[in-house]
Amino acid sequence: MKIIIIGCGRVGAKLANDFAEEGHHVSVVDQRQTAFRRLPSGFRGQLVLGTGIDEDVLRNAGIQQADVFIAVTENDNTNIMAAQIAQVIYRVPKVILRIYDPDRAEIYRELGLTVICPTRTVAEMIEHAVRDHVVPTEPS
Amino acid sequence: MYIIVVGGGKVGYYLTKTLVNEGYEVFLIEKNPVKVQLYRDRFGAIVMQGDGAEVATLAAAGAGRADVVIAVTGDDEDNLVICQVARERFGVRRTIARVNNPKNEELFRRLGIDVTVSQTNVILSLIEQQIPERPFVHLLALRHADLAIVEAKVAAESPVVHQPIWQLPLPPESIITAILRRGELIIPTGQTMIEPGDELIIVTKQQREAELRELLCVPATR
Repeated sequence: MKIIIIGCGRVGAKLANDFAEEGHHVSVVDQRQTAFRRLPSGFRGQLVLGTGIDEDVLRNAGIQQADVFIAVTENDNTNIMAAQIAQVIYRVPKVILRIYDPDRAEIYRELGLTVICPTRTVAEMIEHAVRDHVVPTEPS
Repeated sequence: MYIIVVGGGKVGYYLTKTLVNEGYEVFLIEKNPVKVQLYRDRFGAIVMQGDGAEVATLAAAGAGRADVVIAVTGDDEDNLVICQVARERFGVRRTIARVNNPKNEELFRRLGIDVTVSQTNVILSLIEQQIPERPFVHLLALRHADLAIVEAKVAAESPVVHQPIWQLPLPPESIITAILRRGELIIPTGQTMIEPGDELIIVTKQQREAELRELLCVPATR
């Protein structure tokens, strides 16, 4: 699969590395060159310097051939705009984005985007752990 | 009419001031507390500190009864989300976004923003219309068809000079619809010869403009 990841933070870098190791064609987009340092030295994917809301940058990253588009920058609105470009304009089959703000997460879920809201997910896990004395398990 | 302006930069400030003077009920949302304090001194209680892309901020500003929300921050992604949240959560019927990158105008329209204002494009068109010396002028963009009407003055060095129109290496999807020559209007046929100094009115696709400019106006443009 051809996978584009917007934002090379901790989550973006991990996703990029995992998918590349599985043999997928990965392009990572970030506007800071230094962000790419989070990737291991043997990373085989494509690095694209630029903002994920610029169509020229996205085309450089190969959005026209992409099967999966993931927007995980630190900025909710950047993720929202990038994901909508991918879904509405380029019709990428699978578009997933992160939105920290639960209100906005709900709005864009209603608009048909696949939204991950870590704020809510983490809060629910902690509440669950507190209430039921269950320690949430994470995949190792 | 109740209008919410989001973004208190120069555009937001003068927009708010003008709308207040015109007698509208206006509310300004700005992130930066220093600016908010400054604007409160001028406008009073109609200025609020907050992030206009957040539901809670818009709710506090009374977005539920707003007729228009105008997003004029310096970031296109913020303007897009502000307008979408206003429409989806508060049912605001008219949303207007400032577009900083002119390439985003079409995108915003497709994502449901009613009106986009691109300063870059407005200024560019003002410049192009008011400087008659320019050899290549974009006269009109026909939005949905992606068409443009341009006026080009043929340079003496251009390879099209002294050629009949049917032989010109024009880019595809471009048609010369009229020629202005020494004050006379010519509706050309394929046999019409191009002379240096001819002003051509051309209907073309917007993405062909650069090629046309190269062909007809070399090297005067740069």
